[in-house]
Amino acid sequence: MDKIDSTTTLADGCPSGLQDIPIQTLDPMGGHMDITPYVTHISDNKYSINLIIQGAHCAGCVAKIERGVSDISGVTQARMNLSTLRLNVAWTGGKHLANDILSALRALGFGAAPYELDTAQAQSQSEIKFLLRAIAVAGFAVMNVMLLSIAVWSGGTEMSLKTQSMFHWISALIALPTVAYSGQPFFRSAWSALKNRHTNMDVPISLAVILACSLSLYETIMGNPHTYFDAAVMLLFLLLIGRYLDARLRLRTGEAARRLAALQVTSATVILPSGDIKTVPETAIRPGDRLMIPAGQRLPVDCTILSGTSDIDMHIATGETEPQLFGPGDALYSGTTNLTHPLTVEAVALASHSFLSEITKLIEAGEQSKSRFVKIADRAARIYVPFVHSIAALTFLGWLLWGADFRTATLSAIAVLIITCPCALGLAVPAVHIVAAGRLFKHGILIRSGDAFERLAKTKTVIFDKTGTLTLGRFTLQNEDKLTPQQLKYAAALAIHSNHPVARALHSFHEDCEVNHVSEHAGGGLCGKIGQTVVKFGSAKFVNSPSSFEGTSQSWLKIGDAAPIVFQFEDCPRDSAPDTIAQLKAQGLTIELLSGDQQKIARKTAQDLGIDQWHGEVTPQKKMDLLKTRRSDGHYPLMVGDGINDAPAMTAAYSSASPATAADVARSAADIILQGDKLSGLPIAIRIARHAHRRVAENLTLAIVYNMIAIPLAIFGFVNPLVAALAMSGSSLLVTLNALRMTRS
Amino acid sequence: MSALLWLIPIAISLGLLGLLAFFWSMKSGQFDDPEGDASRFLYSEDKPIFNENDR
Repeated sequence: MDKIDSTTTLADGCPSGLQDIPIQTLDPMGGHMDITPYVTHISDNKYSINLIIQGAHCAGCVAKIERGVSDISGVTQARMNLSTLRLNVAWTGGKHLANDILSALRALGFGAAPYELDTAQAQSQSEIKFLLRAIAVAGFAVMNVMLLSIAVWSGGTEMSLKTQSMFHWISALIALPTVAYSGQPFFRSAWSALKNRHTNMDVPISLAVILACSLSLYETIMGNPHTYFDAAVMLLFLLLIGRYLDARLRLRTGEAARRLAALQVTSATVILPSGDIKTVPETAIRPGDRLMIPAGQRLPVDCTILSGTSDIDMHIATGETEPQLFGPGDALYSGTTNLTHPLTVEAVALASHSFLSEITKLIEAGEQSKSRFVKIADRAARIYVPFVHSIAALTFLGWLLWGADFRTATLSAIAVLIITCPCALGLAVPAVHIVAAGRLFKHGILIRSGDAFERLAKTKTVIFDKTGTLTLGRFTLQNEDKLTPQQLKYAAALAIHSNHPVARALHSFHEDCEVNHVSEHAGGGLCGKIGQTVVKFGSAKFVNSPSSFEGTSQSWLKIGDAAPIVFQFEDCPRDSAPDTIAQLKAQGLTIELLSGDQQKIARKTAQDLGIDQWHGEVTPQKKMDLLKTRRSDGHYPLMVGDGINDAPAMTAAYSSASPATAADVARSAADIILQGDKLSGLPIAIRIARHAHRRVAENLTLAIVYNMIAIPLAIFGFVNPLVAALAMSGSSLLVTLNALRMTRS
Repeated sequence: MSALLWLIPIAISLGLLGLLAFFWSMKSGQFDDPEGDASRFLYSEDKPIFNENDR
């Protein structure tokens, strides 16, 4: 983990906003991964690969990468996409060149990882392309239909009826195919909502567009003066822009989240049935494969131990900082780290694993409760749609009762539907969200979807996981001042041979000191010879000493026959933690701490950081239950966690956040991802979300006031096509401008 | 008024031309990497139009 924390060596002042992501090595524990399984075979001896590049953010980076890779002999094409940070390389020769390309990129100072396009992503990309085409078609139609309409409006009595009719026919020829093409996203969504027996915003939109078009067609055929083609296509054009902004936000953050996942792919060493070994990416591991897990490596999949005994760092799974001892037959979960001894394990399928399948079940239960959340636009639609539709129906009946003819009654009713069409909701909510997401992005915060803002803005309680979220998830030496330089030197000399978290805390104290016959005892400690003296470093039991200290982890150093000396370690809070907590409190939020770790450790961390409420030794199930209670009490809890054990609680929470280094499950459960491993993004995210929420509320109010003026006009038949078209674009412009106000403040 | 009979088709076909141009630009990938394209031209390695030695 320390590599991730220490390599924040990126250029300053690059405009992309991504420069605070530290470059991660593919496998933090070492070992070179063979990426040839990711290579695509094109023809004969031509190959290509897609790579995710880390650390590139300007023209200089692009030039450096493209030139550097092109210089490798055999490479025919290297094309970097700076928007998606993907590099496509094609070459002739052998598959193995992929590994040379990877090391060349590393030598240039960029991180790289193989990347596969998944179908969901391809789908959202083609969706966004369709939306763009639909906007273009609608835009073309708006311009041309408007051109004709303005002539009709301003021509007045000067224009002969024949010319007017011709203009209407041309408008119809442009507008009808446009509606059929560009209206699809709305029609489909409205249809599926109606099929499931509820309504959304797309129902009134579709209804207004379809009715306006059919009425206009009728009027055109009958040779009457009023058509609404211009209003219908303008409506589609404006709403499509809103739809596009929303889709782009989701695509952009989805891409960034997948990029994070791709960069955390690790390698694994598989033992083939023939006895040979082969290094493959973790995605290529199948259940039943036998794997070799060297000390210090993260477990790529869930597995059971075949042979070997070792300490396992479980903090990503359970939240406990202290490693635990595992032996043959024991089950281990992916994401945990093997610390002290090499193991041979057998990969098992996810579902067959008790702990993980339990977690998966919990997550599914949590997601169901989350799907009960209704977006603000849809919530408004539930009130708005019946209201508007009854007013339209009443208008129709009213005019008939008043003695007007059928045509006048229909015209007025449709005018009501057109004028009340929720443009403001369709355009202004996504506009606010995309502006807010852009601001978050600049601070290195990824937000999953627009509705996450709505949930985040309501937060009253922030609940933190301890290990890996508030703390770094690794030990630091506490009583350095009480140790002599010689003791420290001896302990460090032994510790350098181990990956145990306690030993790693001493790695930075390593000086040149020769140790012989170092052996590591799983669950015990290290033993070695410095000169002629036997030196031991490990648990109290390992050196025969009584343990007596509270609240911290301790190891003992025994030099020869001298009395053992205690080394105290603690899992330190992140640098940004105290500030973040203080800022969150200043925002009027209640802070709580949840930890799978021991009570006394949880209490100490809570006290150090000024958190009033804390709970230790909490199981994943208990965490989730607590979140549910907080939620039903109306606290709108925001859960911040990084481990597998936090994932169920995160899905049960009203909103959730995780650092970029979190376990896959936790990250995919999170609404916001804090890049650059800084908690300080949290208060910023809440502030921006609240701000966005205010803008959305303002926009909704504007839309309501607007309708209150426009609806009576429509009911009494004062809305002609000109007024309808102007009113529609006017209201959309107003709410969009209000949304954009955010960028300035 | 007869001028309209050819002015309107011209106006509409000009609009259609623009629409087709936009579709073509999308298909040819000009919207795939706006950030990269914006910065790449700064560093493009132009080869000399003719070689000095050939003269």
